[in-house]
Amino acid sequence: MDENTVNLLLDLQDKLGFLPKEDMIKLCREKKIPGVYVSGVATFYSQFKFSPPGKYKISVCRGTACHVKNSAGILQLIEEELGIKASGITKDSNISLDCVNCIGACAKAPAIMINGTVYGNLDNNKVKKIIKSLK
Amino acid sequence: MKITINNIQVEAKGQETIFQAAKRNGINIPHFCEHERLEIIGACRLCIVDIKGMPKLAASCCTPVKEGMIIETHSPRVIEARRINLELLLANHDLNCVTCKRNLNCKLQRYAEEFMIQDIRFEGEKRIEPVDNSSVSIRRDNNKCILCEQCIRVCNDIQTVYAIGLENRGFHTKITPPFGMSMKESACVNCGQCVIACPTGALTEKSDLNEVIVALNSGKYLIAQTAPSIRATLGECFGMSSGTPVTQKMVTALKEIGFKKVFDTDLGADICIIEEATEFVKRFKEKRDLPMITTCCPAWIKFGEQFFFDELSHMSSCRSPQAILASLIKTYFAGLMKIDPKEIILVDIMPCTAKKFEIMRDEFKGEADYVLTTVELARLLKQFNVDFSNLPDSEFDQPLGESTGAGAIFGHTGGVMEAALRTAADWLTGKDLKQIDYKNIRGMSTMKEAELELGGQKIKVCVVHTLGEARKLMEQIRENNSPYHFIEIMACYGGCIGGGGQPAPTRKYNLMKRTQALINEDEKMVLRKSHLNKSALKIYNDYLGEFGGEKAHKLLHTSYYRRDYI
Amino acid sequence: MPSLQKLIDSGKKELIEDRITVGLATCGISAGGLPVIEALAKAGLEIPVDKVGCIGMCYNEPVVTVIQNQKKSIYSNVTKENVSELIESIKNKKQHNKLLAANDINELDFFKKQKRIIMDNCGIINPLKLEHYLAQGGYTGLHNAIKIKPLEVIEVLKKSGLRGRGGAGFPTWMKWSFIAGKPGKKYLICNGDEGDPGAFMNRTIMESDPFKLLEGMAIGAYAMGCDEGIIYTRAEYPLAIETLEKAIDIANNNNLLGKNILGIKGFNFNIRIQKGAGAFVCGEETALICSVEGKRGNPMPRPPFPTDHGLYGKPTVINNVGTWSHVCAILRIGSEEYAKIGSEKTKGTQMICLTGRIQRTGVIEVPIGITIREMIYDIGGGSPDNTDVKAVLSGGPAGGCVPKEKFDTPLDYESLQGLGAIMGSGGFVVLNNESCMVNVARYFMNFTQEESCGKCTPCREGTKRLLEMLTNVTRGVGGESEIEKIRLLAEFIRDTSLCGLGQNAPNPVLSTLKYFKEEYLDHLNKKKCPAGACHNLIVYSIIDKCTGCGNCARNCPVNAISGQLKEKFVIDNKSCIRCGKCYDACAFKAIIKK
Repeated sequence: MDENTVNLLLDLQDKLGFLPKEDMIKLCREKKIPGVYVSGVATFYSQFKFSPPGKYKISVCRGTACHVKNSAGILQLIEEELGIKASGITKDSNISLDCVNCIGACAKAPAIMINGTVYGNLDNNKVKKIIKSLK
Repeated sequence: MKITINNIQVEAKGQETIFQAAKRNGINIPHFCEHERLEIIGACRLCIVDIKGMPKLAASCCTPVKEGMIIETHSPRVIEARRINLELLLANHDLNCVTCKRNLNCKLQRYAEEFMIQDIRFEGEKRIEPVDNSSVSIRRDNNKCILCEQCIRVCNDIQTVYAIGLENRGFHTKITPPFGMSMKESACVNCGQCVIACPTGALTEKSDLNEVIVALNSGKYLIAQTAPSIRATLGECFGMSSGTPVTQKMVTALKEIGFKKVFDTDLGADICIIEEATEFVKRFKEKRDLPMITTCCPAWIKFGEQFFFDELSHMSSCRSPQAILASLIKTYFAGLMKIDPKEIILVDIMPCTAKKFEIMRDEFKGEADYVLTTVELARLLKQFNVDFSNLPDSEFDQPLGESTGAGAIFGHTGGVMEAALRTAADWLTGKDLKQIDYKNIRGMSTMKEAELELGGQKIKVCVVHTLGEARKLMEQIRENNSPYHFIEIMACYGGCIGGGGQPAPTRKYNLMKRTQALINEDEKMVLRKSHLNKSALKIYNDYLGEFGGEKAHKLLHTSYYRRDYI
Repeated sequence: MPSLQKLIDSGKKELIEDRITVGLATCGISAGGLPVIEALAKAGLEIPVDKVGCIGMCYNEPVVTVIQNQKKSIYSNVTKENVSELIESIKNKKQHNKLLAANDINELDFFKKQKRIIMDNCGIINPLKLEHYLAQGGYTGLHNAIKIKPLEVIEVLKKSGLRGRGGAGFPTWMKWSFIAGKPGKKYLICNGDEGDPGAFMNRTIMESDPFKLLEGMAIGAYAMGCDEGIIYTRAEYPLAIETLEKAIDIANNNNLLGKNILGIKGFNFNIRIQKGAGAFVCGEETALICSVEGKRGNPMPRPPFPTDHGLYGKPTVINNVGTWSHVCAILRIGSEEYAKIGSEKTKGTQMICLTGRIQRTGVIEVPIGITIREMIYDIGGGSPDNTDVKAVLSGGPAGGCVPKEKFDTPLDYESLQGLGAIMGSGGFVVLNNESCMVNVARYFMNFTQEESCGKCTPCREGTKRLLEMLTNVTRGVGGESEIEKIRLLAEFIRDTSLCGLGQNAPNPVLSTLKYFKEEYLDHLNKKKCPAGACHNLIVYSIIDKCTGCGNCARNCPVNAISGQLKEKFVIDNKSCIRCGKCYDACAFKAIIKK
């Protein structure tokens, strides 16, 4: 059990975009790691995802700077616009929505990130426009 | 060093924790997660104490003593903190005490009562999860779990089975088999050590009581067999002290509630030894598949089939005493009495949750019908209003009721090996040896070894209990590094007296008393070697033929196969 | 360092000569710096274009610095839209006045009260050019260290008065001395798992000046006799990881890591990176060790302490990025010089992240002992819209608030602790009248509740209940007696939890209760949120400006608005769900919220 489970799972997720159950079980067998270790680690850390990401991955920053500038409202609006909740994905697998602790764009709060690009200084109208452009 | 606990100066040892020092001085601090054989995790925070000069309360289980420490274990501040702690646990608990199997026998309930928790100030959302009833041995109800992690530590650290573990984090943390599997699909070997460790009703044995009650009223031919260890533990369920032998009362009780015959699994144990010793002597002479490993323990068998399927040839092909006697009841006894075996319902009284799994194995289908654990039997007797302590004595029924001292000691760690050596030594030396006490393989150490010289040949044996120790021996075997010829493996700490179906707790102090009860049983017997059991010899003579012969093999032996696991 | 002299010379030359730099740490990139550098590079300018790290002026990102004809210009908020104008003026050898922030950073108020000894290179050098780092005096710290005996290095730290920058302020020399004498394998860990939302000091160093961290750790390795170091950082910091990986390679190739470092026989030290996978609790030393081993990040009881029984059971010293950088600075400038900075009990400087309702958001480095007022007003420029700053939250989710009345408190461990706040990692969030203190306490409780590992009862169950109770307050549910219940539970969690996360989780609640109890009472007794932030307590009403267009009623999802066209409409507050859709929909600003 010298294998580092966190690293194995990070690698697996890098390859597949998320952690499918079958692949985790395969990993356990190959590396002879008890399933409870892999399952326990995978469900502990917030980086690990169990469903595939959407074509557009929206990450809503829930850092402190964004919070005091109403990121909760931004999140709620996006949830309403997409009809899904955080950690969800639209039915057509087009857009997935997540919350992250801080994307490091505090000066541009409130901010979201879509596929690595930051959209900052958001208000309701800007958010609606952005979402519309993705649909 | 000197420390002060509750205004009384006491002596503490250098490496001790406050919890240990207090316990040694007769002060019991409430706790859930502390356990003498498990790693300290400091999770439940119920054992907190107030240390003078420290702003926060300290968990006594993981705070070492220091010279001059002044400790309060039950100050108002500590009591209030414990109450909040309990209220928080209860706020996330289903509170169905009356319908819980652990009602009146639950640590959470006991503390709630002791700390007078009458209303819960911090109520809110509860974690609700379905009950897992899939396993034939163990029922898991996470709605009663307080996350003390005793089960996980037993399963992972002591048993190295890794059937259950922690998942998620924070409020969503839960204990579960991996990847959404049920207990049945998991690597669980059904040893039930988690059941014993659980302070609440989150893990309990899967009960067959209702089926047995129906059977008792079915008009069929009801037979019970009782395992060697039950007689040393059943009394505890009725308030007797640990190690009180209750053999004859137990027989009377079973008769009273409707069993026609009560047979002694000890006889199965004697026959098991005859077969096993025959097999060992043969293998030893042929230098084949050594070391040979005993196979009385169904949890160990599943463990071996999962984790060491490549080394199954080392396992004795001999069935467990339960399976041997079950087989003889449905064949030999049924024939003798001219009863259709289908008319017999055989209920095994076992110390063990894994026996529930064993009787379901394809190889044993149609033999034993139900397994009740010691705890279940006690519950059944109470339901039937049996005044256990005042019962008169009766003896086991014949022809399957006679046993030797060797059969009796099967119930504790080292007993099977000792019994086997008594027979094998006689056979290898061709003598009737008088020195038959193998004391260095007795006792609670989890790994015991002995070397003996028999007929000019050296034999090295090893006895382990707990599957973590078994794993070490098996890895040695896998690497062709095992110095042993004969190995006894029992899954549970202490052997069957510490089985998953026995009354909790199974700590060292009471397991030693249970062991002594079995040793006393052995020592007062005239016959103390299995191969001298007259009933056994008669069965061979009348029915089975020679030791290890063809018919014996068909009825008394079995086979093992690979199982996949995660 | 004769072997490195060539590099030093070339680095010096590059740094003095004309060059254009763009700040391209995570903040610069997220502000749109990449298209800017691309445009500059493609523009065919005579002056070389280089990327640098983060200078700390988040509010001005992307920042472009131009040194042309030995004249420096600092441009702020350069975007892909206006970069062509800048290119034009560079070609014309003129300053672009509209984008010009200053001729030198020291002209800016943002920098005047800063003291930069560990951020000295940030935004100045190319993070991955070792020659730049060396030219700025890099590796003189290690060079000074190896001239003296290992234990003397620890003595230098003792004299400097350095305390760990991880939160509790434990004296660094003491921690080091616990393992220095131990034989056998031991580990050094750099804790770069900055999980605190709204704090990114560690990231700034890792991205902008990686060699500083490597040098600091190498000094530690020499002093404590370790040959293996691990940098634990969040997988969410991809740029930091990439930068560090490259920097480690470069250091290895230049004999600054690896075998017989700087020619000292037997001085071997390797560093690897371990990615964390997202768990705030891994900032706790014992949880961090579990995580580095690849397990669930569950904290363990202490003792045993990591310095006795750490990673893989071996003695281990864990310091955070800040501490290692300070080690590097101390060995470079000397303990006496270093000890001159700071207050009596705490020496040196501290990196702070200024965010929230403040004009100049950014990362700063200030001498310890500076007042909070100086940081907020002199450096940060106060609140952006001239609203009143009400309080500052220091130390993130484990910290507490400092109300404006206490803004003259100096920044140091003891003073902040005395107020019920902590320095923590150094995140400072400024709050104004639009921020509700209950809501902020609830926000942090939500964070710690989600980040609780779930091992111990007080934190697992307690933070959940505390969150529920705070949520109720923000909804105006319950009476005044709730407050005592909240305090009781908060103190219980603080006093009985297993690790620092649980023990400190109630701090934001307890400290807002201490200074802003009135706000709690307003929610419960008056059913009002004075800041107007708790949306369940907002009351929408229509004023006389209403033209009777009916747009509000059409947008209301629960039909709570009624009226006749061309007459004033009315909101039925009983059925209103406070979604605010009418407020957004009204073109005449005739709907107000109270």
